[in-house]
Amino acid sequence: MSDVTATAPDHGHDHHDHKPGFFVRWFCSTNHKDIGTLYIIFSILAGLIGGAFSMMMRLELEQPGVQYLLDADGNPDGQMWNVFITAHGLIMVFFVVMPGLIGGFGNWFIPLMIGAPDMAFPRLNNISFWLIVPAFFLLLASAFVGAGAGTGWTIYPPLSSTLGHPGMSVDMAIFALHLAGASSILGAANFIATIFNMRAPGMTLHKMPLFVWAMLVTAFLLVLSVPVLGGAITMLLTDRNFGTDFFHPEGGGDPILFQHLFWFFGHPEVYIMILPAFGIVSHIVATFSRKPIFGYLGMAYAMVAIGFVGFVVWAHHMYTTGINVNARAYFTAATLIIAVPTGIKIFSWIATMWGGSIRFATPMLWAIGFIFLFTVGGVTGVVLANGGMDLALHDTYYVVAHFHYVLSLGAVFALFAGFYYWIGKMSGRQYPEWMGQVHFWMTFIGVNLIFFPQHFLGLQGMPRRYIDYPDEFAGWNMVSSYGAYMTGAATVFFIFVVAYTLLFGRKVGGNYWNVEPQVMTLEWTLPSPPPFHQFDKQPIVK
Amino acid sequence: MQKIILSFITLMTTASVAYANGPVNWSLGMQESASPVHERMHAFHNDLLLPIIAAITLFVLALLIIVVLRFNRRANPSPSKTTHNVPLEIAWTVIPVVILIVISIRSFELLYYTDRGAITPEMTLKVTGYQWYWGYAYPDQEIDEFSSYMVADKDIDAAQGQKRLLSTDNVVVLPVDTDIEIIITAADVLHSFAMPPFGIKTDAVPGRLNQSWVRITKPGTYYGQCSELCGKGHAYMPIEVHAVPKEVFQQWAALAKTDLEKSYEFLKTAP
Repeated sequence: MSDVTATAPDHGHDHHDHKPGFFVRWFCSTNHKDIGTLYIIFSILAGLIGGAFSMMMRLELEQPGVQYLLDADGNPDGQMWNVFITAHGLIMVFFVVMPGLIGGFGNWFIPLMIGAPDMAFPRLNNISFWLIVPAFFLLLASAFVGAGAGTGWTIYPPLSSTLGHPGMSVDMAIFALHLAGASSILGAANFIATIFNMRAPGMTLHKMPLFVWAMLVTAFLLVLSVPVLGGAITMLLTDRNFGTDFFHPEGGGDPILFQHLFWFFGHPEVYIMILPAFGIVSHIVATFSRKPIFGYLGMAYAMVAIGFVGFVVWAHHMYTTGINVNARAYFTAATLIIAVPTGIKIFSWIATMWGGSIRFATPMLWAIGFIFLFTVGGVTGVVLANGGMDLALHDTYYVVAHFHYVLSLGAVFALFAGFYYWIGKMSGRQYPEWMGQVHFWMTFIGVNLIFFPQHFLGLQGMPRRYIDYPDEFAGWNMVSSYGAYMTGAATVFFIFVVAYTLLFGRKVGGNYWNVEPQVMTLEWTLPSPPPFHQFDKQPIVK
Repeated sequence: MQKIILSFITLMTTASVAYANGPVNWSLGMQESASPVHERMHAFHNDLLLPIIAAITLFVLALLIIVVLRFNRRANPSPSKTTHNVPLEIAWTVIPVVILIVISIRSFELLYYTDRGAITPEMTLKVTGYQWYWGYAYPDQEIDEFSSYMVADKDIDAAQGQKRLLSTDNVVVLPVDTDIEIIITAADVLHSFAMPPFGIKTDAVPGRLNQSWVRITKPGTYYGQCSELCGKGHAYMPIEVHAVPKEVFQQWAALAKTDLEKSYEFLKTAP
C-alpha cells in the first residue's frame, strides 16, 4: 500500500454522468456505489432493530426477576426471551456487520481503491443486495409466526427440530439464512473476480491497499464456509419437514454433527466479520498518523494466515460436547496459534502510529478504540482457547463479553470508523467534528460498562441466554444495563449526526483528510462524491 | 505503574476469598473450589492466564498512551518514515509464540486431568436432562431415577438457606472424598450439566452418554445451572448438590432406595 501513488486523471464533466431515474437507479441498480449506499442504509436500519432487541434484553436483565417479558398470564415468557436473543444475534451478524462492512464499504471502495470503473458483475451485485432484503423480512416475520425461533443464532438441533420448535418459525429462519447465504456467496464471487481481474495497471497484489487484501481474504472465507452452513441448514430443513434423520439420534443421526457443520462455517464467519474491520483500521491509522502502514506485507499475510487457521479451529466451540480429549488438545493448540498473527496486526498498528504525527479526528478515535478493545477481546480469547479452562467458562457471560469485545466493540467500531472516515467521500458532505467525538466517547464508555463487568459474571459462572438470574449476580448486571442505556443514547445521537451531515454537512473536496501521497489510496484522487462512473481514464499505479 | 498492575492483579485473584457456596454478588473472580479439577482451573486462571492477559492488555494500553502523548500532531509535527524493523517484527512474532507455549503446557496438563475420569470410580451418578428438570439415578446404590425441579420463586424459604433459581426440590446427595463418575445424557433436546465449584460442564446430548467425574473436597451445598440453551425453561433447571460425609451418604442411600422423602428428612437431622 505504501508505494501506491496515483495520477489523478481529469474526470471530465458532470454532464457525462448518465444517472438513471429514481426507481431504476435505486431498485435496479448496477452501480457499485449506489449498491454500497443501499447496503449501508440497510445495515444501519437493521442495526437499529437489532440494537432495540439488545436494549430490551438489558432492560429485562437490569434487576433479578422477570419484569417485562411476561406472557398473557403474567408468567415469565422464556420463549419470547429466546426469540429476542436469536433475533439479536442473527440480525447483528447477517444483517448489520456483514452488509455494512462487506456489502457497504466493500462495494463502495474496492473498485475505487483498485482503479476499476465498477464491480466485475454489476447485475450479480444487484441481486446480491436484493436477496438480503427478503431474507431480513423472513427473519423478522419468523418472530411473529407461531412461537418464534428461540433457538439461539446457533440453531442447534434437537431444539431447532420439530421436537423443540414445531411451528413454522424455524423454517422461515432457515430460509432467511439460505437467502442471506446466497447473497454472501454471490457477493464474494463478485469481489474475487473484481480484485483479481480489474486492478489498475501497475497495482500488483503486493501493492494492493490493505482493505482490498482484507476483502479478498474475506471473500474466500465466504465462498468456502457459507456453503457448509447452507448444507447444514438444508439437512435441518429436511429433518423438520421431510422425515430425514440427519440430526435425530432416534433415527441414527447425530445432533453433534450439526455443531461440527455449523462451526465449520461459524468460526470462519467471525473472521469474515473482523477482517474487513482490520482493513479499514489500517487505512485510518496510516492516514491520521501521516505514515505508511508499518510492515505492509506482514499485515497482508497475517490476514491470510488468520483466514487459513480460522478454518481448522472450529471445534473450540464444542469443548463441552464430549469430543475426544486428543481432539480437544489439538483444537486448543490450533486456536492459540491465532494469537500470533493477531498480535502482529496489533503491534504493527501501534508501530504505524509510533513516530507519526497523529491527528485525533473521529475516525482515528474509533480506530484507536478498536485496537485497544480488540486486544481485550483477543486476550480473553486466549483464555477461552484452553480446552480445560473452557469447562468453567463455556456458555457463561465470559464468552458473551469475549465475543462482544471483538465484534460489538471490534467490528462495530470499525463500521463507525469507516463511516466517519468515508462519509465525506460518499456523500460529499462532512460530519461536524464535535458530534463525531461526542458519539465516540459516549459509545466507548457505554460499551465498556456493558461488557467489562460481564467477564466477572462469567467467571462466577452466570450462564448466558438466561431470562433471569440468581440474585447473587445482580450487581454487575445492573452496571451492564446502565452501560447499555448509555450506548443506546449514543446510537440515537448517531442518527442525528447522520441526518445533520447529509442535510447540512459542510461540502468537502476530493482529499478532505489531506491524505499524504505516501499513504494515498485511489479513492482520494476522485472528487467527493465520486462521479457516477469513475475512472473515465484508466489510473496508472506507479 | 507496576504497583497499580500488581495491586490490580491481587484484587482480581483474591476477590472471592470469602467463603460462600454459589455465586457472590459483586465478585470479580471464580467461585470457591470444591474439587481438585476446579482447584487446578482456578490456579491455571489466576496464577498464569490472568497475569499474562492483564500484562498484555496493560502493555498495549501503555503503548497507546505513549503514542497519544508523544506522537500527536503538536508534539511531533513531522512524521518519521520508518515502515520496517525486522528485529522488532521477529520479536513480536517470537515472544507471543513463547508465551503461548508456556500457556499450552499448563493447558494440556489441565485438559487431560479434567478428562482423567475417576480411574477407578467408587460410584456412579447418572444424570439425564429433560425440558426442564434433571433426572438423577444411582445405579450402584440401586436408587431409581428421580426428578429434580427448581423450587418456584414463591416457595423459596430463605430461612432454610434456599436460593432463588438455584435451589431444587429433590437435591443430589453425594459423598465427599469419593471418586464419582458422572454419566450425562438427555432425553429431549440438548442440555448441559454445569457445576462451577466442581469444574464440571458437560453437555447432555440425546443418544449419547457423556462422562465426567468429581471428587468433592468438602461437605456443603453446591449449585449449578443448565448451560446449553434448551427452550423456554432454560433458566429454570438448576442443579443442587449436597455433599455429605461418606457414612451419612451410605445411610441416606439406604433410605433413598425405598423412600426418597424420608431420606431427605434424615438428611436434615444428620450431623
